[in-house]
Amino acid sequence: MSGAPGDVRPARRGALAQSWQRLVAMFVKEFIQLRRDRPTFAMIVGIPLIQLLLFGYAINTDPKHLPTAILTSDDSPIPRAIVGALRATDYFDIKYVAKGEADADALILSNKALFVIQMPPDFSRRLVRGERPTLLIVADATDPTASSGAIAAALGAANQALDRELTGPLAALAQGPPPFELQVQRRYNPAGETRRNIVPGLIGTILTMTMLIYTALSVTREIERGTMEALLAMPVKPVEIMLGKITPYVVVGGVQMATILIVASFLFHVPIVGSLLVLVPLTLLFIIANLSLGYTLSTVAVNQLQAIQMTFFFFLPSMLLSGFLFPFYGMPVWAQYIGEALPLTHYLRIVRSVMLKGSGFVDLAADAGALALFTLVAMSIAVMRFRQTLD
Amino acid sequence: MTAAPETPASGNAIEVSGLTKVFGTRTVVDNLSLRVRRGHIQGFLGPNGSGKTTTIRMLCGLLTPDAGEGRCLGYDIRTEQAEIKRRVGYMTQGFSLYRDLTIRENLEFVARIYGLEAPEAAAQAALERLGLGARASQLAGELSGGWKQRLALGACILPGPSLLLLDEPTAGVDPKARRDFWDEIHHLANEGLTVLVSTHYMDEAERCHEIAYILEGKLLVSGTIDDIVASAGLTTYVVTGEGLDALSSELRHATGVDMVARFGAALHVGGRDAAAMKAIAQSHASATQSWAHDKATLEDVFIDLMTRNHRSGQ
Repeated sequence: MSGAPGDVRPARRGALAQSWQRLVAMFVKEFIQLRRDRPTFAMIVGIPLIQLLLFGYAINTDPKHLPTAILTSDDSPIPRAIVGALRATDYFDIKYVAKGEADADALILSNKALFVIQMPPDFSRRLVRGERPTLLIVADATDPTASSGAIAAALGAANQALDRELTGPLAALAQGPPPFELQVQRRYNPAGETRRNIVPGLIGTILTMTMLIYTALSVTREIERGTMEALLAMPVKPVEIMLGKITPYVVVGGVQMATILIVASFLFHVPIVGSLLVLVPLTLLFIIANLSLGYTLSTVAVNQLQAIQMTFFFFLPSMLLSGFLFPFYGMPVWAQYIGEALPLTHYLRIVRSVMLKGSGFVDLAADAGALALFTLVAMSIAVMRFRQTLD
Repeated sequence: MTAAPETPASGNAIEVSGLTKVFGTRTVVDNLSLRVRRGHIQGFLGPNGSGKTTTIRMLCGLLTPDAGEGRCLGYDIRTEQAEIKRRVGYMTQGFSLYRDLTIRENLEFVARIYGLEAPEAAAQAALERLGLGARASQLAGELSGGWKQRLALGACILPGPSLLLLDEPTAGVDPKARRDFWDEIHHLANEGLTVLVSTHYMDEAERCHEIAYILEGKLLVSGTIDDIVASAGLTTYVVTGEGLDALSSELRHATGVDMVARFGAALHVGGRDAAAMKAIAQSHASATQSWAHDKATLEDVFIDLMTRNHRSGQ
């Protein structure tokens, strides 16, 4: 050795330069780590792009082609002309012909139709006699955004609807106000309060966010903390691990649900028209569906960060394509298909229908079935995906 | 040194042959065959990355071998992992109990997972056996290294396994705790448990009934310490005095010398050619350096094995 150890100590830079170099060292290290983390890297570019395209094309705050039912036994040219005029606005898609009032109500309660156009059986006769019969448009106003544009268009279209029909002896009727009385019945939310629509929607959105995160971290946390190896060496089956991990959060979700419902009801005065006996079990089903999905993400993700990123990747479409913020029927059909695959879409229909319309199990069977199916598929994937070995 | 453990009843707890595991392009375990007799303590030695952990994981069903076959406690390691898991206690290299559960909660969790009839009572018994009764409600994550390892062992033996697989259980543990740990291992073996334990410590290796040494996934030697030392056929000299660093560099590539290693203040020099070694010793012995012929130690043999393997690999 050629002297004191101090001699071989590498040369250092000045204090300021050292500080700058430390900053560069951190920067370079972070960048290398970021680049190594392939999924994160893919998400940096991919997610904004996918979501921008998805939502840019899908979201439409002025929805058209809304499912509509007609209820009338008058099959003469005049009602047909009126329906034709409404259809020409592009807002109304006549999908159903109701057999009676009960049938029409059922269509609205089960969310199949947003509007019912109702004319009495003797509509034409009374119109010709100048009695100004009533043309009733029943609108499902639980989502005021979705229905208001259509209602405005209907009012405009009705005035000119019969201009072409009322010729010859009926020409006199074409003068002045329309020869019928247009009534709009905003059902379930007569004042058109958005709150009535948003607050139940928030129940679903909040539950989605909290439930997903709880279970999305559950498997990756065990892997990251090193407890998974010991757990896998023990005689416990994947399905036991899954159910054991999900169940406590069903209770947590139940508590959250109760809190939100109480606040919604007492602070925001959102009515609960339907039965809690319908709402509570279906909400629990929705909670389980989200927990299962979170758990499935957890079995796919490599680490906790990735699991969180996946939940966000899922959460944004849930907010935007489920009908929570924007009318579901305003989206193009392909976006509606994506929406149908999201549990929140079905739950929003359930929670809004039960709270505002008083729908029962029978009306909501399809949405409840969709939630159950979703849960089953998610759980099956989770059990299959769960790696029982460290291979 | 401790007295040699008594010979247990015959039969093999572990019997595997041709075990191979490939990760990507790297063969981590290569055609490994191993037998461990019931009631024996089998030491599993080898440098870092030699495939010890991978082998242990294949034995307890955590990894599927790419080739080879074998039985653990009579159950096929490829198809009967569930049976094996029920009867094997596996202590992972890192602490793998729940840090945010208390000691008692961890033990009760294990007792329930294994389906014990009275999990609370089993956990209580384990607490007392481990001497952790007073700390039962302390969070496991707050324990020191030695206590963590003690707790992990306690959790492994709580369900009453027939075979213990311990992966470097004493890494990072102080000498006193290590000694206590090994007393416990011998106690368990006396009760009939079979133990496979991987370690880096030679003093621990010497407390095993038999040892197996693996390097780069291949089993190099196995047997009792005496057998291994004898079959290596090393003639060893212990050199003390001055200028040992220089001597070490000089002898490292000298013909007739197969092994040079520093042990504290002494230098161990060994070779398989006894006559050549004797000549080297005689020519080097001086007033400032004493050369004493001594029996080769286990560590001498392993260093020789590694050196030889390293050279042949080049």
